[in-house]
Amino acid sequence: MMLTDDIAVVMPEMILAVYAMVVLLVAVYTGKDKMAGLITNLTAVVMVGIASMIVFGGEGAQSAFGGAFVSDDFARFTKGFILLSAAGVLVMSQDYMKRHGMLKFEYPILIALSVVGMMIMVSAGDLMSLYMGLELQSLALYVVAAFNRDSVKSTEAGLKYFVLGALSSGILLYGASLVYGFAGSTVFTDIIAAAEGHIPLGMLFGLTMVIIGLAFKVSAVPFHMWTPDVYEGSPTPVTALFATAPKMAAMGLFARVVYDAFGNAIPDWSQIIALLSVLSMFLGAIAAIGQTSIKRMMAYSSISHMGFAMMGLAAGTVFGVQAMLIYLAIYVTMNLGTFAFIMSMERDGRPVDDISALNQYSSREPLKALAMMVLLFSMAGVPPMLGFFGKFAVLKAAVDADMAWLAIAGVIASVIGAFYYLRIVYYMYFGAENDDLLDRSTSLAQWVFLSVSAAIMIVGIFYQFGAEGFAAAAAQALVK
Amino acid sequence: MIGIEQYLALTSALFVIGIFGIFLNRKNVIIILMSIELMLLSVNINLVAFSSFSGDLVGQVFTIFVLTVAAAEAAIGLAILVIFFRNRGSIDVEDVNVMKG
Repeated sequence: MMLTDDIAVVMPEMILAVYAMVVLLVAVYTGKDKMAGLITNLTAVVMVGIASMIVFGGEGAQSAFGGAFVSDDFARFTKGFILLSAAGVLVMSQDYMKRHGMLKFEYPILIALSVVGMMIMVSAGDLMSLYMGLELQSLALYVVAAFNRDSVKSTEAGLKYFVLGALSSGILLYGASLVYGFAGSTVFTDIIAAAEGHIPLGMLFGLTMVIIGLAFKVSAVPFHMWTPDVYEGSPTPVTALFATAPKMAAMGLFARVVYDAFGNAIPDWSQIIALLSVLSMFLGAIAAIGQTSIKRMMAYSSISHMGFAMMGLAAGTVFGVQAMLIYLAIYVTMNLGTFAFIMSMERDGRPVDDISALNQYSSREPLKALAMMVLLFSMAGVPPMLGFFGKFAVLKAAVDADMAWLAIAGVIASVIGAFYYLRIVYYMYFGAENDDLLDRSTSLAQWVFLSVSAAIMIVGIFYQFGAEGFAAAAAQALVK
Repeated sequence: MIGIEQYLALTSALFVIGIFGIFLNRKNVIIILMSIELMLLSVNINLVAFSSFSGDLVGQVFTIFVLTVAAAEAAIGLAILVIFFRNRGSIDVEDVNVMKG
């Protein structure tokens, strides 16, 4: 294969990476932070452009650089959502960052670089590209977590994220070195051949450590301890990013590794993932109840949602992967809207994350409260909303794969979890009278994201925007 | 003759020391950075050993990548540590506790 053919396959990543580097140079030598608003919008436009290039451009499965990079329907589906959600976060965070003095030109560039990492992650066909993509994503995200340099909380969030992220990369890498040693190759297609029949003990050990490393990244219990602190401490737009694109990328990578490299050993990893799934669903649901900060609550909520997504993965079937992808797509859409709401929570120009600040919110801003209520119902999985169909799909996948116990556990966890979502609805509509009013400070972009995402939760019941078909094709491409 | 087992024993020992260094250390965040470096370097020995015993060069290529990333990781870790120190006035592990998690 010619080098030019390889480069044609990685063109979208290449464009975004070169774009980020060029813009970095231009910004440093010219306007610096005066250009930050322009660069933020431009980056969002470039991301949307690349997303459409990926979704409408490619056909079938291609691989490049000796199998190290795979571009198939699965990669296209996840990349589309990664790019669009990152672009969405950029657009809706601009106003927030400007008002709180954090709109620096490095912000969109770091996010663009982390998105390049995420795109490489979901396209990884080799342990090396897996590791490099993961690190590119993580290193950029450590920095954006500590983006509010003058805040103790934000820097502490960055430090905690860094230490635990580096630990998880180390564990993943040790696992990768064992897999390499016992398979004799780092390419997934060779690893799957080496794991044919009986999987060697050393490789099983490596697989477990790789799964532990990935579980850190998707914040699955018991490797979730960084999540609440990082979500609470980071600036809210960064939290919104953490809750959307990297989750999609990490779950995509998870599915990629277990199917492409260990598709012959489904029983071996399925039980580990099922265990992670049950623990995440329950801990996420129970620990969120006591939280007073809405950002911390969303952290536990995302832990619980990742548990549900992993249920689809644990099923080990084509439909399981399809259900996981649909679940993630719905989750990302819901979270964009929810975080647009959280970003608009301010009192006297300062961000607020107290849940009790929402008391009687509906009497002042009925439309926003209504949109938020739809999103919260959807997250809780209340039947008419789209979130219910996501939960239904993963539960069905678990039942079809003879894992009824997992599905039952999921139903129980989702009932427990409904409590804390509905509590916010209760506060908004029937809460105590509140003198400390929140500001009426919703930017246009935040309004758009909040209302569109709430509308999708209702319209999606009748019309799925073709997501189902794309997810099915993506799952077919991954599970051979 | 030193076989692959000896190398694996060495690297797993180094790796476990690295992990314990992160969790048992109650004093200084710099020690955590050193422990992370130790973990990554134990992986490097592992990769080179496997590469040499299986006669496959890819493991050594992997090692170069890991070295590069480890350097970038240490640089970013120290940078975050510096801004944390500016805000908090301390880099003791016990003082990384504004948020309880």
